[in-house]
Amino acid sequence: MNEQLDYMTGRVTAGKMTRREFMGKAAALGVSAAMASTLFADAARAAGPAKGGHLKMGSVGGESTNSLDPALAASQVPYHVLYNFGENLVQINADGSLNMRVAESIESSADAKTWMFKIRGGVEFHNGQTVTAEDVLKTMERHSNEDSKSGALGIMRGIESMKAEGDVFSVTLNAPNADLPYLMADYHLMIQPGGGMDDPATKVGCGPYMVEVDEPGVRHGFKKFANYWDDSRGHVDSTEILVLNDATARMAALQSGQVHVVNRVEPKVAALLDRAPNVNVHNVGGPGHYVFIMHVDTAPFDNNELRLALKYAIDREEMVEKVLRGYGSVGNDMPINGSYPLFDDAIPQRMYDVDKAAEHYKNSGHDGSPIVLRVADGAFPGAVDAAALFQQSAKKAGIPLEIKREPNDGYWSEVWNKQPFCASYWGGRPVQDQMYSTAYLSTADWNDTRFKREDFDKLLLEARAELDTDKRKALYSKMGYMLRDEGGLICPMFNDWVEATSTDVMGWEPTPSGDTMAGRWSSALWFG
Amino acid sequence: MHPILKLVAQRLALSFLLLLAASALIFAGTIILPGDVAQSILGQSATPEALANLREELGLNEPALSRYFSWLGNALQGDLGTALTNGRDIAESVGYRLKNTLFLAFWAAVVSVPLAIGLGLLAVRYRNRWPDKLISGVTLASISIPEFLIGYLLMYFISVKLGWFPSVAMINDTMTLGQKLQAIALPVTVLTLVVLAHMMRMTRAAILNVMQSAYIETAELKGLSGLQVIYRHAFPNAIAPIVNVVMLNLAYLVVGVVVIEVVFVYPGMGQYLVDHVSKRDVPVVQACGLIFAAVYIGLNMVADIVSILANPRLRHPK
Repeated sequence: MNEQLDYMTGRVTAGKMTRREFMGKAAALGVSAAMASTLFADAARAAGPAKGGHLKMGSVGGESTNSLDPALAASQVPYHVLYNFGENLVQINADGSLNMRVAESIESSADAKTWMFKIRGGVEFHNGQTVTAEDVLKTMERHSNEDSKSGALGIMRGIESMKAEGDVFSVTLNAPNADLPYLMADYHLMIQPGGGMDDPATKVGCGPYMVEVDEPGVRHGFKKFANYWDDSRGHVDSTEILVLNDATARMAALQSGQVHVVNRVEPKVAALLDRAPNVNVHNVGGPGHYVFIMHVDTAPFDNNELRLALKYAIDREEMVEKVLRGYGSVGNDMPINGSYPLFDDAIPQRMYDVDKAAEHYKNSGHDGSPIVLRVADGAFPGAVDAAALFQQSAKKAGIPLEIKREPNDGYWSEVWNKQPFCASYWGGRPVQDQMYSTAYLSTADWNDTRFKREDFDKLLLEARAELDTDKRKALYSKMGYMLRDEGGLICPMFNDWVEATSTDVMGWEPTPSGDTMAGRWSSALWFG
Repeated sequence: MHPILKLVAQRLALSFLLLLAASALIFAGTIILPGDVAQSILGQSATPEALANLREELGLNEPALSRYFSWLGNALQGDLGTALTNGRDIAESVGYRLKNTLFLAFWAAVVSVPLAIGLGLLAVRYRNRWPDKLISGVTLASISIPEFLIGYLLMYFISVKLGWFPSVAMINDTMTLGQKLQAIALPVTVLTLVVLAHMMRMTRAAILNVMQSAYIETAELKGLSGLQVIYRHAFPNAIAPIVNVVMLNLAYLVVGVVVIEVVFVYPGMGQYLVDHVSKRDVPVVQACGLIFAAVYIGLNMVADIVSILANPRLRHPK
């Protein structure tokens, strides 16, 4: 029987046997369907990507208000649309290393202040123009100049000047930054002809697929760009993104075969969905985390004893179990976890401790009035439940929490970053420096805990300029301890990305840096 | 002038004033909502500079009143403007969505109105016997279950388990009529179940009311059969309240189906409006609001006119 099976898997690898034939013959040999399916998948993977087919994704996070302008992308559907028709200078691989896209190679000056990106030759826009360093320069200018309304404006701040010479695009920074190439992987920074200065929402990009249908809030269709430079990407003839905001509709569409990929599988249905035939559920731990944030400059949260009391009064294990149903990991009151490079895993994990919480609460001298925690389900999925669990675990330590429910609508403009204690989430960033500079530097716009410490800022700048990784790791570790013990962030959990594909789709690779293979499902998956 | 024409003219003038009032109300409502379009577009990751630049570009720094009047001036000339959020022409995108909404509403009405009236007639014919009780029981049960739940149930059994119809009712211009009808089969079923009871019960009640009259007894004494009595004599005299209820339900099918649109991912006006309200995109909200108000006012006017035409006493006032 084994010989027969070996022969059959060989045929599959050679592309001479279809799934249906294989499954039928394997069943005849008495192999269970699950086993045969695994064998087939292995054999098909060994064969390498097959070409052709129409790949469809059902995605959350699309509105009829969406635009093709990369500067305005803020939710999942525009994100995936951009990765279908656009391309960055660089992208981040599943293992956290850099993947050279429009940039062919990167060099820096010894002080990490000037960075040179050599532009790959022969990369074409969908209108036939060749991508030049000038296009790259204009793109970066549009995201960083005075009139910019780009979502990437925050990360472009440290740039002093940029220029294009021949096929080299170079950036000079105000201060050294060893992580600059990672910043260029931001999804807003898709290279556009002329930087999109004349037509920001142009359909012309330089990604593996061309825009064919653009119906915001309904669907987006793409077809393979014949002159795409990289043969190892973009295996299907055409792709489509259906906007399926309703979770039940999304799962039903996958199960009934109307889409092949879905994102944002709710943890409470993930295990059930995995049991359905023809569906694979994938999860991978990422840098995204759910948080409760306190303004450290506002009473009563200006008292570190009270902050510590609250940090000890939250039961992280229970939250991962009940809110994430195990699809996640516990947090340690800092925004960094093992998915980041240079993470110090020796920092001790903070646990739920009623005695310590009660002790710190007593030391804080709080007057016993209820502490108001503002929350809405829009803050993160399950935020209201998480707050209720927090309230219960804090009660056991004698800390009264009052939960105030806020409407989802307007939560980000009226509650988050305005009220002193509320629920929120962070999608994470590719590197520690970026995460810390986005939300914990004194001057950061999104310093949503009002954590303003000169010594912390100094460490951050020192680490940014440090090219020796061991020294950098030590500096990041110090910063981690500072936030964990003195910051305004209560981070109970890091959420996994949970996505699902139909079983006829091959090539899935767990990618921590973003939703659904960090947007690259369309260029990496194929039909087996 | 013919009194009916005069009435229509009066109603039309009044409707115009009503629409104007509605537009002012909608505008005021969107101003009161917290947050603005710039903040909503850029979301959590907006820097203050980016917000300021976007506000400037969208003209949000103008006072609210002058924004309203400049919108009104353009709208009166037939220019609905462009969406603040993605710069698309509003008339064009609303037109596309409106066409879809009307398509769904039309087919739901084609199925549900004759069905409801037919069932109502049957219920009267067999009143207080088992067909009447069965019809009332089933339709009342279907109106009492929340529509999204019916949607999910149908989706699970009919699309996931049986695979007869798709769970995603996404239609587009490249599809043939047959493909479109197949795509909307499930939402049409749900909508039918939702509006059936109301129209059916009204038909039944209105006809039963007429059935007490002396001329019905005469008709029966003439020897007409049960259904013929109802169809020839009772129904024409009960038409006014039935048309009223039918129009109300048609209006619901056009303006109130956002939940069904979300569940079945149907590209209609409801979802479109909700998206733009949550982004505070005032010109689009205004345009949708006006269309919805116009549909409502228009259908009510039709109901009034039909009931006048159906009643000789109102048709020839002294």
